[in-house]
Amino acid sequence: MSNGAAGARHGLGPRLQVRALTKRFPGVLANDGVDFAVAPGEIHALLGENGAGKSTLVRMIYGVLHPDEGEIRWDGRVVRIEDPRAARRLGIGMVFQHFSLFEAMSVLENVALGMDDPGGMAALARRVSEVSASYGLALDPSRGVHTLSVGERQRIEIVRCLLQNPKLLIMDEPTSVLTPQEVERLFETLRKLAREGCSILYISHKLEEIKVLCDRATILRDGRVVAECNPATETKGSLARLMIGAELKTAKRRAGHDPGVDQGSVRLAVEGLDLAAEEIHGVNLKNISFSVRAGELFGIAGVAGNGQKELELALSGERRAKVAEAVRIDGHKAGHLNTRARRHLGLGCVPEGRRGHGAVPAMSLVENVILSGYDRMKLLSSIFIKDGEARRFAKRVVETFDVRAPGTGVSAGSLSGGNLQKFIVGREILQSPGVLIVSQPTWGVDAGAAAAIHQAMADLAADGAAVVIISQDLDELLQITDRLAVIGLGVLSAPLVTSQVSVEKIGLLMGGVHGTAPGSDRSSGSDRHAV
Amino acid sequence: MPFRPGMSFRIEQRREMFRGLLYLSPVLAVAMTVLTGFVLFAAMGHDPVLALYHFGISPLLSLYGVSELLVKAAPLIMIGVGLAVGFRANVWNIGAEGQLTCGAIAAGVVALAFWEQEGVWVLPLMCLAGAFGGMAYAAIPAFLKTRFDVNEILTSLMLTYVATLFLGTLVYGPLKDPAGFNFPQSRMFTESALLPIVLAGTRLHFGAIIALMIAVAVWVLMTFTIIGFQIRVLGQAPAAARYAGFHRKRLIWTCLLMSGGFAGLAGTFEIAGPIGQLIPSITPGYGFTAIIVAFLGRLHPLGIVLSGLVVALSYIGGENAQVEVGLPQAVTGVFQGLLLFFLLASDFLVRYRIRLVGAVAG
Amino acid sequence: MSAESAVLIMLTVISAATPLLFAALGELVVEKSGVLNLGVEGMMLAGAVSGFAVTVTTGSAVLGILCAAAAGALLSLVFGILTLTLAANQVATGLALTIFGIGLSALVGSGFVGVPVVPLPKLAVPGVSDLPVIGPLLFGHDALIYLSILATAGVGWFLTRTRGGMILRAVGESDESAHSIGFSVIRVRYLAVLFGGAMSGLAGAFMSLSHTPMWAEEMTAGRGWIALALVVFSSWRPGRVLLGAYLFGGVTILQLHAQGAGGLGIPAQVLSMLPYLATIAVLTIIAAGPWRGRLDAPACLGKPFRPST
Repeated sequence: MSNGAAGARHGLGPRLQVRALTKRFPGVLANDGVDFAVAPGEIHALLGENGAGKSTLVRMIYGVLHPDEGEIRWDGRVVRIEDPRAARRLGIGMVFQHFSLFEAMSVLENVALGMDDPGGMAALARRVSEVSASYGLALDPSRGVHTLSVGERQRIEIVRCLLQNPKLLIMDEPTSVLTPQEVERLFETLRKLAREGCSILYISHKLEEIKVLCDRATILRDGRVVAECNPATETKGSLARLMIGAELKTAKRRAGHDPGVDQGSVRLAVEGLDLAAEEIHGVNLKNISFSVRAGELFGIAGVAGNGQKELELALSGERRAKVAEAVRIDGHKAGHLNTRARRHLGLGCVPEGRRGHGAVPAMSLVENVILSGYDRMKLLSSIFIKDGEARRFAKRVVETFDVRAPGTGVSAGSLSGGNLQKFIVGREILQSPGVLIVSQPTWGVDAGAAAAIHQAMADLAADGAAVVIISQDLDELLQITDRLAVIGLGVLSAPLVTSQVSVEKIGLLMGGVHGTAPGSDRSSGSDRHAV
Repeated sequence: MPFRPGMSFRIEQRREMFRGLLYLSPVLAVAMTVLTGFVLFAAMGHDPVLALYHFGISPLLSLYGVSELLVKAAPLIMIGVGLAVGFRANVWNIGAEGQLTCGAIAAGVVALAFWEQEGVWVLPLMCLAGAFGGMAYAAIPAFLKTRFDVNEILTSLMLTYVATLFLGTLVYGPLKDPAGFNFPQSRMFTESALLPIVLAGTRLHFGAIIALMIAVAVWVLMTFTIIGFQIRVLGQAPAAARYAGFHRKRLIWTCLLMSGGFAGLAGTFEIAGPIGQLIPSITPGYGFTAIIVAFLGRLHPLGIVLSGLVVALSYIGGENAQVEVGLPQAVTGVFQGLLLFFLLASDFLVRYRIRLVGAVAG
Repeated sequence: MSAESAVLIMLTVISAATPLLFAALGELVVEKSGVLNLGVEGMMLAGAVSGFAVTVTTGSAVLGILCAAAAGALLSLVFGILTLTLAANQVATGLALTIFGIGLSALVGSGFVGVPVVPLPKLAVPGVSDLPVIGPLLFGHDALIYLSILATAGVGWFLTRTRGGMILRAVGESDESAHSIGFSVIRVRYLAVLFGGAMSGLAGAFMSLSHTPMWAEEMTAGRGWIALALVVFSSWRPGRVLLGAYLFGGVTILQLHAQGAGGLGIPAQVLSMLPYLATIAVLTIIAAGPWRGRLDAPACLGKPFRPST
């Protein structure tokens, strides 16, 4: 393994070469002297865990951010990429992780906005159709973006790039929102592009797909390049060690546990839960039923935007069901109760959003434990806040869950994503909930924190709680849950025993196929119109 | 070739707010306003030192001047404290002027109903009626916001115009003093409907003390109780408030009723104190100016006591400067606007850091 | 009522609607870019006083109108610096702008209270202007009225038919996306805010040079706020702004005529409340109606944005 110009080995000068690139943010050195190169037609991986500095790096290459030090060479020439327009002029295209789309506008308008010289709209619509046909990326230019599935939205971004005949396509974590089948199709498109000579810079923290797809990989850790390798010749374990700098830890379940066998009593029962979407483009929940027993980790899989957010709110009590019987906690009817009353019954919840939902960023950690613990932890005396008690509880959360913070007086917003998530999970778990709902537990969280969170949830279950994990990360669910169900367009599949399920089967369910017919496809997306 | 040749400024968001500047920025804003005033007065052809002296210093040199300052500060503090509670919750009641007017009308009706009657209960009853009048008027935007999601900024403001016109209707009509030569004003209130004077020989009334007590009480409410906590959470992160199980609508009602009640009480004190009757115009824009007071006081009840005094000086100073050096009264409004501009501008430094980024190796 | 008096009433409705139309169109563009400027009232007053003062002093109405637009734009520039460059709270800054505009216009205008001005000339078209009914209704208005109608069409065309309009909408829809594609969110918003300021200035100039025509402190009497409500009423569509402005112009004139006709026994002040109460009613109907939730408010309206670079 060596750092430096990979392109030389391909017999051509590198298309993109980055030298000693450094970028500082307040309190963080996001990129520290990064070197790497991409050859023409190469699919090059940037591998690293959350917070390693991958996104910062590519945002500099695309001109969204400007480096503090170092240089970028394009076809051997030093360039200064002032803004994304300049990047596009060079022939660089980028597909963002959290897309750069405009919900209220049409596909065509979105494509036109991303191009510097779109020409007439009618002609552009024809070109969109041509390109999407030739790369198997079905798109209707006249549709409103808000009616499209996440996979279709990604296609807009890709088509937008392809229309400008890019020489380098940057893809930032493109598969986190796709079904396994959609991922397969995306890879075919990328391989076709590479064969045509387009370089691809592929950012991911998923080891398997990098092994399958990429020619070379540059591995980033804490903003530095730690290795460069050919991923095909590495093992997942060796890649993980390079990425994390340690062995990958998996959650240990305590002895005596036999997944898939009903043993504890039912702690959470959801039956026939219907809920109309709150937002205009939201998803309606339809007749959701499942139950979770004591000691069980139950997963909800699915592609983003299929009702996960609505389900989280319906379970936490932030949105109430029409019938009280729709949700039962330890046998008590709870569908009509708000979050406070459900917490009385022993429910805890870690929402998907950390900053502004599960925690108030501008408030201190002490104030943030009051947020959900004021009742259950008895932090009030009539209407007055018992400051001492709150401080002690906050300190306990920070110490027990190894939250790296200079004290409990700092604002929640100043914590890193992983530390904030440990804090929120810890705050909920230390209230000893009988039922815990956790949404996207390890999204944007570094591997160390993710392992700690997985372990904490497993321990809570071992102590007799029922834990529901809503996650888009299928690998995570396959790794830690006992049973799982798939949510698609607001409908929940029948539960499956995790140890007996295949990825293909779940992939089909994620694609919206409930039942037997295989190979179906939601690419037209027309079913979303009804939502 | 280094990336950024030459020097440039870089603006970075601070990870933690700069607390010291948070409390320093109002001082900075006042200083900038005075400086601008200096330039403005000079441009208008006045001796800037003399004009600023009469605007900002000479009113404070007499006991009477200081007492007048407190008379003007009292309503600003009361209303400002109430508005600040709402602003904390992202409830933008900007119709305090109307709620003040409605409170004054309700209290005035009580005073006139018991005209020339003795009784220690008249004044408390007026205060109750005044607070209730302000609350009732603030209940309209509260109802429309919680029931139909109508923006409270526009409704509360529209209602201010309506309240002023309503007061006009009354003093030109049913409440007109029968022996008042057809002037649009009510009878002068009688003794039992007037606030006791705290300092003999001045207009400093008991309301100033109440205003201070309200500020302290609201400080306790906002800092030490779960109600204040809920209000702060609602303003900063509405989703977190729902997650915590706080009642958004109930909190919106609380904020609007509280600010409306304090404004109504302030209106009561105006007519039972310095004015002593109902007239078509009972406020020199206290309800609007209190918005500036609230921000200048950092939305903190005790800070608002200080900022109320500073802004009250702009009223006294404006009057004084008009008499002494012939400055137009409108200077007061300009100063108040400038003050808020400078405050908002200097707040930037609380949240962001400006760094000089040097070139690499020259 | 004779045709002649009906025509006269219609003319006053047009005159009452025009300042609302200017101000609301400007604010619509500002809000479409994702910025909420509550300082319309202050900018209108700045326009009214500078338009009046310059016209009276120089004798040139054209110069006066240009200065009014410039004054409105200048105040909006202050708003822009605070909210766009310094990321200050838009609601608070807008309120400050209104308070400042009221004070500043009173200060500047203190020497012009009660001064007469020659109203804007009517652009009579020989021949057609003399036609009964149609003549006075369609021809023979002053230039600003025609300009307000043209501006409505122009804003509509710009927003839906041009790339600039598309970029403006995109910036208001998602500042983050627009920034990562490479648009300068701040620059687009500055331009929108300046346009809004200039339009408010024109609205003020129309008030002091044509509608009243005179200068008095706080002569806009809440029209800036009604214009803000009109933008909500219109669901951010220029055509409906026109409709709303003429509706409100109608309400204003209706109550004035009722006052003139002896008020039907209702005190003048109560009738004067009508436009304000109508505003509240309209806002409520818009918010409570079956179309609620589909109002097309720009997604980033009022949110501060600071790009990291």
